[in-house]
Amino acid sequence: MNAGRPAASDAAIEFEALADDAWLLRLGRVIDDELNARVHALAARLRLHAPPWLRDVVPAYASLAVFFDPFAIDAADARAWLRARCEHASAVAPSPAARTIEIPVAYGGEFGPDLHDSAAELGVSPQALIARHSERDYTVAMIGFAPGFPYLSGLDPELALPRLATPRTAVAAGSVAIGGAQTGIYPRPGPGGWRLLGRTPLCLFDTARDAPSLLQPGDRVRFRPIDALEFARLQAAP
Amino acid sequence: MSAADSPDSRCDIEVVAPGPLSHVQDLGRDGWRHLGICRGGALDPACAALANALVGNRDDDAVLEFTLQGPSLRLPRPLRIALMGAVCEARFEGQWLPPARPIDLPAGVLSLGGMRSGVRGWLAVRGGLDTPRVLGSRATDLRGGFGGIDGRALRGGDRLPVGAHGAIETSRPRVPGWWIDPDFNHDPHAPIRYLASEAPALRDIAAQLSRQTWRVNAASNRQGLRLDGDALQAPQAGALSEPVAPGTIQLPADGRPIVLLADAQTVGGYARLGHVIAADLPRLAQARPNAELRFLRCDAAQAAAAARKARAEWARLKLAIEARLKRQ
Repeated sequence: MNAGRPAASDAAIEFEALADDAWLLRLGRVIDDELNARVHALAARLRLHAPPWLRDVVPAYASLAVFFDPFAIDAADARAWLRARCEHASAVAPSPAARTIEIPVAYGGEFGPDLHDSAAELGVSPQALIARHSERDYTVAMIGFAPGFPYLSGLDPELALPRLATPRTAVAAGSVAIGGAQTGIYPRPGPGGWRLLGRTPLCLFDTARDAPSLLQPGDRVRFRPIDALEFARLQAAP
Repeated sequence: MSAADSPDSRCDIEVVAPGPLSHVQDLGRDGWRHLGICRGGALDPACAALANALVGNRDDDAVLEFTLQGPSLRLPRPLRIALMGAVCEARFEGQWLPPARPIDLPAGVLSLGGMRSGVRGWLAVRGGLDTPRVLGSRATDLRGGFGGIDGRALRGGDRLPVGAHGAIETSRPRVPGWWIDPDFNHDPHAPIRYLASEAPALRDIAAQLSRQTWRVNAASNRQGLRLDGDALQAPQAGALSEPVAPGTIQLPADGRPIVLLADAQTVGGYARLGHVIAADLPRLAQARPNAELRFLRCDAAQAAAAARKARAEWARLKLAIEARLKRQ
């Protein structure tokens, strides 16, 4: 996807005032694994020596936001500090040792009410859709929309599906879904317009845990198909 | 919060009637946006902090934020309270109570009624509302479903714990003769200032924001203020999701802007026309459905100057409150 495109130089990082207390750093404008890895590497670099005025580093697909305490540092000074940290950002090797998290998923039936229709729309069998969805590794490109909701990149482009014309008012927690060229997991019940293929018994977001989100930006994710019995067993497990 | 914790000073306020949307807030939670968790917090943090100052609390103690109409609360023992923000019809056992000053109340029912203008008010109680901290804050995350009382708006029968150090003694309402201006930072008629996007595809559209009067749509909430007016020409959809922030002016495909507020999602895919400056965000918290809003472009230096001015005014009021409380 990125073959032949020269790596962006440091100077190509655009700064944009996102708010009085936030800078947006844009490394690019496309969904691209290499670009996203550089975003996460830069986010890690900024967090490594975070000064007290730095409140939040928010990575997205090809950009990241940095929120600062506007009463502790001037916006221009924050920008200068960030500029200095961006030097040689293209040389920052994305850490290959990112975690890989296995997510068990019960596909189809009550767990994935859109599996059959989606397979039919793609012209494949439900079994083939399950196999192709679970055979790849994905990357948590960013977390957003809701607390702990991972936008996973790496979906087989042939499995891209348009969002539902009318979003559901109630999607079950743990639902694994395809929306456009991405796949994701709904952490808690709520409305949603993505195609529901299955559901994981794992809890994606729990404020009582030290790490409230099961997944962190930059993590690798692998889906493992399970049956209803294993779903029930894992759900009952502490 | 075991029974062993100084039973003399801790108590629970009982919610008799919750009001349309009342919830526990403080100054919000930082450090979690990368996990999709909004900052949240009182929609006018300076105002909430002054309510706290009036009762002798810290800036970030938890207060009650209420919307359009306040709740009715049963106080189990004497408490010191202060009301800031939009002025509501406040009564204690039938007696009218003024805003923006520390009021000592005996046990009884405090009823906060409707607001004639504005949308949001803040009630501080000496000792602070002592709901559990979640991810470092007591703020209710209504969309995330955590913080405050089970991550939701108050319901009748809820109990709001008041922290220690809240104990006072009084057998009748005591209202001091001094107060601060509850609207201290706000000129309701001034336009809302914003920094316009400099992106070539958006520059002209962003400039158009200031060329008409907008109306606040009733579907507005703590996540965003929706504006009705002549639709702007939205750029073609399909923009890559990027981080957004409170103040971000989004332009969805329908051409009607949304200004994000404290409960803003952390990323968004709509075109961004720029952002409302921090000094003017508190006024958006008080914009009623159907209210008319005008926007005015400014630059970063003006935004910084406005923020400094608001901060200085806030600090001056806070010092005045502290000096006054020492003399009491």
